Amino acid sequence: MQSAVIVFPASNCDRDAATALAKITGRKPLMVWHQETSLPPVDFVVIPGGFSYGDYLRSGAIAARSPILKDIIKKAETGLPVAGFCNGFQILTEAGLLPGALMRNKGLRFICRPQRLKIVNKDTMFTRAYKDTNEITIPIAHFDGNYFADRETLNKLRSSGRIVFKYLDNPNGSVNDIAGICNKAGNVLGMMPHPERAVDPLTGGTDGICLFKSVLEAIR
Amino acid sequence: MKKMPKKTSKVTPEVVKEHGLSEQEYEIICDRLGRKPNITELGIFSVMWSEHCSYKSSRRHLKKMLTTGKRVIQGPGENAGVIDIDDGDAIIFKMESHNHPSYIEPYQGAATGVGGIMRDVFTMGARPIANLNALRFGDPSHPKTKTLLAGVVHGIGGYGNCVGVPTVGGETNFHRGYNDNILVNAMCVGLAKADKVFYSAAKGVGNPIFYVGSNTGRDGIHGATMASAEFDDDSEEKRPTVQVGDPFTEKLLIEACMELMATDAIIAIQDMGAAGLTSSSIEMADKGGVGVKLLLDKVPQRETGMTPYEMMLSESQERMLMVLKPGKEQIAIDIFNKWDLDVAEIGITTDTGHLVLHHKGKTVCDIPIAPLGDDAPNLDRPYSAPKNLDILENGSMHDPLTRGTDYNTVVTTLITSPDIASKRWIWEQYDRSVMGDTIDNSSSGGDAAIVRIHGTNKAVAITTDCTPRYVAADAFEGGKQAVAETWRNLSCTGAEPIAITDCLNFGNPERKDVMGQFVRAIEGINAACRALKYPVVSGNVSLYNETNGQAIPPTPCIGGVGLIKDLNRFSTIKGARAGDHLVLLGKTDGWLGSSLYAHLVLGHDRVDAPVYAPPPVDLTAEKAGGEYVRRLVRDRRVQAAHDLSDGGLALAAIEMAFASGFGFTLKHACDLPLYAWLFGEDQGRYLLAVDDNSLNPIISTARTLNIPAQKVGVIGGDRLVATGAFDLSLQDTHMQYENWLPAYMDA
Repeated sequence: MQSAVIVFPASNCDRDAATALAKITGRKPLMVWHQETSLPPVDFVVIPGGFSYGDYLRSGAIAARSPILKDIIKKAETGLPVAGFCNGFQILTEAGLLPGALMRNKGLRFICRPQRLKIVNKDTMFTRAYKDTNEITIPIAHFDGNYFADRETLNKLRSSGRIVFKYLDNPNGSVNDIAGICNKAGNVLGMMPHPERAVDPLTGGTDGICLFKSVLEAIR
Repeated sequence: MKKMPKKTSKVTPEVVKEHGLSEQEYEIICDRLGRKPNITELGIFSVMWSEHCSYKSSRRHLKKMLTTGKRVIQGPGENAGVIDIDDGDAIIFKMESHNHPSYIEPYQGAATGVGGIMRDVFTMGARPIANLNALRFGDPSHPKTKTLLAGVVHGIGGYGNCVGVPTVGGETNFHRGYNDNILVNAMCVGLAKADKVFYSAAKGVGNPIFYVGSNTGRDGIHGATMASAEFDDDSEEKRPTVQVGDPFTEKLLIEACMELMATDAIIAIQDMGAAGLTSSSIEMADKGGVGVKLLLDKVPQRETGMTPYEMMLSESQERMLMVLKPGKEQIAIDIFNKWDLDVAEIGITTDTGHLVLHHKGKTVCDIPIAPLGDDAPNLDRPYSAPKNLDILENGSMHDPLTRGTDYNTVVTTLITSPDIASKRWIWEQYDRSVMGDTIDNSSSGGDAAIVRIHGTNKAVAITTDCTPRYVAADAFEGGKQAVAETWRNLSCTGAEPIAITDCLNFGNPERKDVMGQFVRAIEGINAACRALKYPVVSGNVSLYNETNGQAIPPTPCIGGVGLIKDLNRFSTIKGARAGDHLVLLGKTDGWLGSSLYAHLVLGHDRVDAPVYAPPPVDLTAEKAGGEYVRRLVRDRRVQAAHDLSDGGLALAAIEMAFASGFGFTLKHACDLPLYAWLFGEDQGRYLLAVDDNSLNPIISTARTLNIPAQKVGVIGGDRLVATGAFDLSLQDTHMQYENWLPAYMDA
């Protein structure tokens, strides 16, 4: 599987995402600069965490209008798997690929901690490898992770199985404890936790590995 | 931001005085110039000769320090220290204070402190891989403490999190002595290739000087001078001299500089820190033995109508100065353009030995560079000898039971005291896991942070330490202890301690008692460094931490770095398991003088209380103990290791229990009074959790090495027990430990 990691000014989890992808897929991802206007031929795109454009205006707002996003939106609409973690999730909502918005944490503080999550839908291309595992621990590190969507959207998300991850002890005030969602077609995932930081028993646990394995299996 | 008052262009005796220059110093300036300086020149001399830039009170004492060693690549004198960690890798690190700005404007003060120290590190070619911070706040009951704490933590997180460098460790103390002078000491550790370290010497004539990064504004003018004077009631009016940080630009600067450093375009590079363009250009020229000509009209400016004086003294953040190889300019310009950073060629190196500034077609400054360094004041300030301290003898009046309390209450008091209670509220606001190499951090409550060298099986262990209680009582022993504690903390992980950085925070050096503290603390630090072969490679002196004549407790904060060569062989505080034995290494005499117990239970922190000698550090025993612990860790003989510090054996065991989730039973088996055995703070000691097989070999080998070692308890259960003393629920006590700070902040 050939993957790509998009790099914006002040992305800061791009290297972490690349390290995780290389380790799990066995192939180094391509690093794609935000000024590029088209994606190289790839099977999977990761929009990494960080503070793209310094979080100025709104988290993810400026990145969502960068040249590369136009092509990502186009290809995602035709089925290319895309995952956004943390700032990547914010960018995907700002770009309109996922519904809702990420607001400032309820406690008005940045939170970094290992976070317990419930896998709500194991029938997605991002979660199928978790099999018998229902609960995982993945690090979070964000200031704007308080997910919000209107009632109608939430109903749609719930009834169509698009809520993928929920927090077990809601750290940021997200509505319905939502930690991660996917689009209608199931090929675009956004989540606040950082699975790329949970691929090594020494540094953050290994509960993130199956997410990348799931994509690998799905593409194969 | 308020506009700076317009500086008069005339140099009068009042203006000289306002610039913090003495009459004598002014005479030297006139002598070296052969004329009177103009206002720009006066400003330049004033910042270069400020305490902050010239180290005029401290230089002669700092010279005594051990600064060399087999792993030292670069000692003090550059932007940061450089050490060799094998395989062609180097670690570049430094700790620096940002005390005055953080008190005046906590968010920006702390944020720019973090930004500044990271620039010192990446300027030398290292990618920052870890940040730490050592914070001191006033008494929790002081009306400003909560706001200052919230602002500082928010600022540190706001900057470090955005730049994407994990904040992995640090320490926080509270004491009324910091009510009006908080301390914010930030440390950064970076990774470079040993043969790709960049220095500041601008060697060679006719080379272009480039400015890159944020535009120059009027912020921070005279920050270095502010850091060289004590506060009074009007200090908050100095807010306009606090700089404003932009971590986004910093992140771009790091990436752009890393990219440029991979080419061979750079001759010299220097960040613009204190005294901005002035000190960066002068230091580069001075070290390179050249002159510098700057065309100030070309300096990217944020505001209109800036004078040469303002441009040279601005401390606007996120700016770098570099000298490039002629012909390589376009490489640099292309890289900075890619990262959307402003870049401008603003000058050239010359053979005049002078700093020459041009502005609007006129020469506005022409001064010889050498005197700025060579003739900088080097004061031999008078200092007083230390007082003789009594040793606190143990006696029944120190027993909790005769004092009308009990051991359970004492333990709860210590564990919920501001200095000891969990700092989760602080470190949860720091991204500790970005970069994917953080193996241990503040969240374990352990001894040192552990950060892997990316893509390898080795790591650095990093810690910051100082016990102001000890330094205030006896600066020599306190200075020694701060170094020894970092040594111990690194040893607990199995890391070979390599070198330290020191951040020396003191009051007004013009006062004999403060100067005495400073000199004695340096002597103590030096004694420890020499005995442990553990050199100082970088550091910073922060004086005048004083308001209305009231100095802070002397706080020489030490940052230590060590190397874990094999990540299959290291230890943390976390690994104890039910059934493990607790072994105490090191000599226990039950020393209570200046201990946490004495301060919180015996009332020795009262203003009128007598001061007793702090525990002395036996450096020979320290060395032997540390080496033995490291050997045990590397031989995989220990499950968990923790050093004994504040609160002695009792608190060490409790902290280990919090980290592992298992309780313990301690059994008193010596002649010392129970309270002295549990809470005494004798130095050079470790608590180890070991399994059945290792217990006897560890104790018998220790005996052959003349290191006292005894089994003091076992791990297991859900209670914290010291037979005949305390018996507490692990869960409840842990909750109380966790609750103090959030309850305080939310109240």
